[in-house]
Amino acid sequence: MRVKYVLNEVLVGLWRNVTMTIAMIITITVSLGMLGASVLMYLQVDRMKDFYYGEIEVSIFLADNVNDGQITALEQKLKADPLVKTAVHETKEDALARFKVLYADSPDFVNAVNADSLPESFRVKLKNPEDYDKFSQSYQAGQDGIQRVIDQRQLLQKVFNIFNSVQLMSLVFAIVMAAAAVLLVGNTIQVAAYSKRREVAVMKLVGASNWFVQAPFVLEAVVAGAIGAILGFVGLFIGKVVLLDNKLQALTAILTPVPNGNVWLMLPLLAGVGALLSAATAWITLRFYLKV
Amino acid sequence: MIQLENVTKTYPKASRPSLDNVNVGIEKGEFVFFIGPSGSGKSTIIKLLLKEVQATRGKVVVNAKDVTSLRSWKVPHFRRSIGCVFQDFRLLPNRTAYENVAFALEVIGKTKAVARRVVPEVLELVGLGGKEHRYPHELSGGEQQRVAVARAFVNRPLILLADEPTGNLDPDTSIEIMRLLDRINRTGTTVVMVTHDSNIVNQMRRRVIEIESGRIVRDQARGVYG
Repeated sequence: MRVKYVLNEVLVGLWRNVTMTIAMIITITVSLGMLGASVLMYLQVDRMKDFYYGEIEVSIFLADNVNDGQITALEQKLKADPLVKTAVHETKEDALARFKVLYADSPDFVNAVNADSLPESFRVKLKNPEDYDKFSQSYQAGQDGIQRVIDQRQLLQKVFNIFNSVQLMSLVFAIVMAAAAVLLVGNTIQVAAYSKRREVAVMKLVGASNWFVQAPFVLEAVVAGAIGAILGFVGLFIGKVVLLDNKLQALTAILTPVPNGNVWLMLPLLAGVGALLSAATAWITLRFYLKV
Repeated sequence: MIQLENVTKTYPKASRPSLDNVNVGIEKGEFVFFIGPSGSGKSTIIKLLLKEVQATRGKVVVNAKDVTSLRSWKVPHFRRSIGCVFQDFRLLPNRTAYENVAFALEVIGKTKAVARRVVPEVLELVGLGGKEHRYPHELSGGEQQRVAVARAFVNRPLILLADEPTGNLDPDTSIEIMRLLDRINRTGTTVVMVTHDSNIVNQMRRRVIEIESGRIVRDQARGVYG
C-alpha cells in the first residue's frame, strides 16, 4: 500500500502543476542534452588526438634553388636526429602524384599544375608529435635549402581549439540551464508542499515517518529529472544521427566517427546527474519549507 | 505518564518566559485540565509534550521517554503514542470522515485491511455511525470534532492531548464532546485538555491546573474554574 500510495501521490503531484512540470522537464532536458554534447565532444577530441597524432607529419619544404648536397646533408641530419621516427624525401614528381590524388575531384585544377610548381619536401614523423618545438629549433627556414617548416599538429591544434571552445560553451550553457532547472525544481517542490500543507501537517501530527512525508515530493522531482534525462538523451541521439551521420557526413571524414557506444554511455550519465540533482534540490527545499 | 521537571520555555525575542520553572506530574489514566487566560502558556505545554518546541531548561518525560533529549528522527514514532485534537479540527476537506481517519492509519504504515476493520469501529464509538462517507463540509462543527477525536484515538494512543477542543463549539455540543473525551478517558487513556471554558471545567470536576504568566498558581484534584 505504501508504494502504491507514494507512486499515486507522485503522479497526482506532477499532474496538479502540469505547466510547471513541463517547464521543469524542458529545462532539465536542455541542460542535460548540453551536458551530454559537451562530454561527447570531450571524449571525441581525445579520440581524435589518439588517431591523428599517429598520422601527423612535419613537412620541411625545400627552396627552389636547393642543391643535391644540401638535400643529402639534410636527409642524414634527419635520420640521425633522435626525435625523428621516419623521414621520407618527397620529390616534385611524388608531390604531383599526391596532389593528383588529393584533388582528384577537380581535374581542371590538377591539369593546370605541373611538377615544377610544387615544392620538394621531407615528410618527417616525430617519435612524439608534442616534441615539435624542440625539433624545429634545428631546422630553421632559410638555412640549408629549407624554405618552410610546417607542423600539421599546429593545424590540427586549431581544429581542436575550436572543438574545445564549442565544448566549453555547451558546458557553460548546460550549467546555466542546470541553475534554471534547479530553481524550477525548488519552486515546484515549494508549490507542491504548499498545496499539500494540510496533509503534511496531519502526517506529522500522527507520526508518519520523515521519509514517508518527503518521499512523494522527492520522487516527483526525480521522475521529472529522469524524464528530462531520457528526452535529453533522445535529443542527443537524434542530433548525432541526423547531423553527424547524414547532413554533416563530410565533416566526419575529418572528425573521425562518433561511436554509438559513447552516445549510449550518456544515458546512465544523464539519468544519474538528472535524478541526483533533482533529488538533492527537492530534499534541500523540503528541509526549508517542511521543517521535518 | 507525564512529568514536567523545572521546565522553562522562552521563545526567541520574547521578553518573559512562556513557562517559568513548571513542575507537573500526571499519572496514567488521569483527566487533567490546564486553564488560564490567553497567553498564559497553556498551549506551550501541549507543544512541549509533542516536541513541537524544545524546552529552554528542564526535563519533559512522556511515556517514560525523555522528550527533551529525544533525537529528532525518533519524534515521528514517539508521536504515534499520542493523539491530538485541536480547536480548528484540522480535517482534510477533500476526504470523507472515513478517509480522514483511515489516512492517519495509512501514513503510519497500516494496511487498508486494518483501516477497514478499525475505522468503522472508532467512528461508531464517537457516535458517527452512518456518517462515514460525509465530507467535513457536510458535517456540523460537533461532528467534525468527533471525526478529529476518532482520528486521534484510532491508533489507541496512551495519551490524548486536546487544545481547546470546544473553542469553536456551542455549549451543548461542547458537553457532548466532553462526554466523548470522558468515555475515552475511561478506557485508560490519559487525557490532557487545555481550555478556558469554565462551564465545562466546573461540570467535569476533574483535576485542574491553573497557569498564569507561565507559573502554576493552582493544582486541585477535583477543581472548578474558580
